[in-house]
Amino acid sequence: MSQAETVRRAPRRLWSLGLLRSEIGTTFRRWRTLALLAVLAGVPILVGVAIKIETGSRGPDGGDGGPAFISQVTNNGLFLVFTSLAVTLPFFLPMAIGVIAGDAIAGEANAGTLRYLLVAPAGRARLLFAKYATSMAFCLVGTLVVALSALVTGAALFPLGKVTLLSGTSISFGEGLLRALAIAGVVALSLLGVAALGLFISTLTNSGIAAMATTVGLLITVQILDTIPQLHAIQPYLFSHYWLSFADLLRDPVYWDQLQKNIGLQALYAVVFGSAAWARFTTRDITA
Amino acid sequence: MPPPTAADPGRAVPRDADHVIETRGLTKAYRGGQLAVDRLDLAVPRGSVFGFLGPNGSGKTTTIRMLMGLIEPTAGSARVLGRPMPGASRQVLPAVGALIEGPALYGFLSGRDNLRRFDAADPTADPRTRDERVDRALERVGLGAAAGKKARAYSLGMKQRLGLAAALLQPRELLVLDEPTNGLDPQGMREIRTLVRELAADGTTVFLSSHLLDEIEQVCTHAAVMARGRLITQGTVAELSATVLDSGGHGRLAVTTPDPADATRVLKEHGVTDIRVAGDRVTGDLPAPPDGHPAEPADLNAALVRAGVRVRAFGAERASLEDVFVHLTGEGFDVAG
Repeated sequence: MSQAETVRRAPRRLWSLGLLRSEIGTTFRRWRTLALLAVLAGVPILVGVAIKIETGSRGPDGGDGGPAFISQVTNNGLFLVFTSLAVTLPFFLPMAIGVIAGDAIAGEANAGTLRYLLVAPAGRARLLFAKYATSMAFCLVGTLVVALSALVTGAALFPLGKVTLLSGTSISFGEGLLRALAIAGVVALSLLGVAALGLFISTLTNSGIAAMATTVGLLITVQILDTIPQLHAIQPYLFSHYWLSFADLLRDPVYWDQLQKNIGLQALYAVVFGSAAWARFTTRDITA
Repeated sequence: MPPPTAADPGRAVPRDADHVIETRGLTKAYRGGQLAVDRLDLAVPRGSVFGFLGPNGSGKTTTIRMLMGLIEPTAGSARVLGRPMPGASRQVLPAVGALIEGPALYGFLSGRDNLRRFDAADPTADPRTRDERVDRALERVGLGAAAGKKARAYSLGMKQRLGLAAALLQPRELLVLDEPTNGLDPQGMREIRTLVRELAADGTTVFLSSHLLDEIEQVCTHAAVMARGRLITQGTVAELSATVLDSGGHGRLAVTTPDPADATRVLKEHGVTDIRVAGDRVTGDLPAPPDGHPAEPADLNAALVRAGVRVRAFGAERASLEDVFVHLTGEGFDVAG
């Protein structure tokens, strides 16, 4: 370790991928992350079993209320995928994202590891990017866990077969699976706004718990605001407003209008709160 | 450049270009206007083992955080390895290993995976040599056997060692070690001091902050003293001791005796000032020489014996860094233990 050996090392081009890989590996090895995924996997099983018991005792017309396709589940297990996503999207999925994104920076600050990452030097913008990308990865993984768990539960408890769309036409089971995958993709994208919001909140504090609680609290507040009729003027700007539009993928032809609005809104949230997080994190004093 | 060691304290301070850390008027005011660091001009020569001394809350850690680009100075500038901080963080920090305010680890990861994680955050670290470098760093701090254990099961001393290992993942030009022996047992402290000397012998500049004066005295070639955000003095350890000796006399006289009360009376009669008694130990400043010649301590010893005071030990104490500190700041030092 002599000075002669200390050559100036040039940063490698793809190094930020190395940081991202480390970030994803670290996040998904956390016990908390695995617990969240276990809860997400449990919801479809619970819903599936509940529907099975209900129909077993009361006949196939049991589903009143709930999403439009819940009554279809007994005819086709694939509908459990759509039902489960509709059940988890309003709360379970965004809450899980809120925990992961809210903890992203604040949790590292709380543990003190943030200062060591920064003197490594990870670079503030790069670290933030790796954190956001990891939150996005969690959005996708969380959604897929729900979808897969629902598919397996649905296949185990109910018959599979041709899919009757909400518009009445029938498609093959294979095409139904593709639509289910597309829906999972749209649901994952729907969560990007919450992820960006959580990340921004995470840059404001040194307490992981506070950031998580604030993010989840905002999530609940926004959901409530979205149900108050007097506030219809601001509702199109609430990140959760178009969430359930994913059901439009189950029509023939697909209704694109709300889907596009949803993705556009998520992109807007990602840009606004991503920039705010960047502005805050790159100038802030790291005192933890 | 010849490797400087702790046994070579009289080295002259090199010229400005050879400073690995240089600050000009570095100031940090926290909200409310309170100055944590007040117009600091610090110069750390390349190749030195530089002791950064001060009681807790004197601004040492704030200074280190500014040097490492973690917090922005309110005023003034800092250069590390010749480049401005925090502007040149990306170029400077890969050549700097740091332990700041104690170790911070991922409890759910093993010691080895913690190091892999920190190494992955370094854009200049080669992933192909990562495992090899991680294992070498673990061996170097004596954690080879515990590398696979989860970090939450580590003792404070082991965490401290792992933090040090993270600073040693790459060959560094500068090591910034904030209280590196915190939480270590005496054996561990000795090992860390040996490690610091080895690194210095290899040409790495070591910037060592501590509130343990004897620690600084044992390993450092240079030192700076901070108190209440201000730099009190800096220079070689030998120079610092000399300033106290020159202005305060010729070191302190120390007498060990079973009759401290009598000894105190006799010494006072012979002009010894600032006499302090601790158990069977009496210390005091030798009288100022009236005719330019230093007072002869042997005469005092003879006087003590003549007065019937039994003397077990008699001698002059060299000024310790603690004396330096007390002399410079006029206040006591928070010495642990």
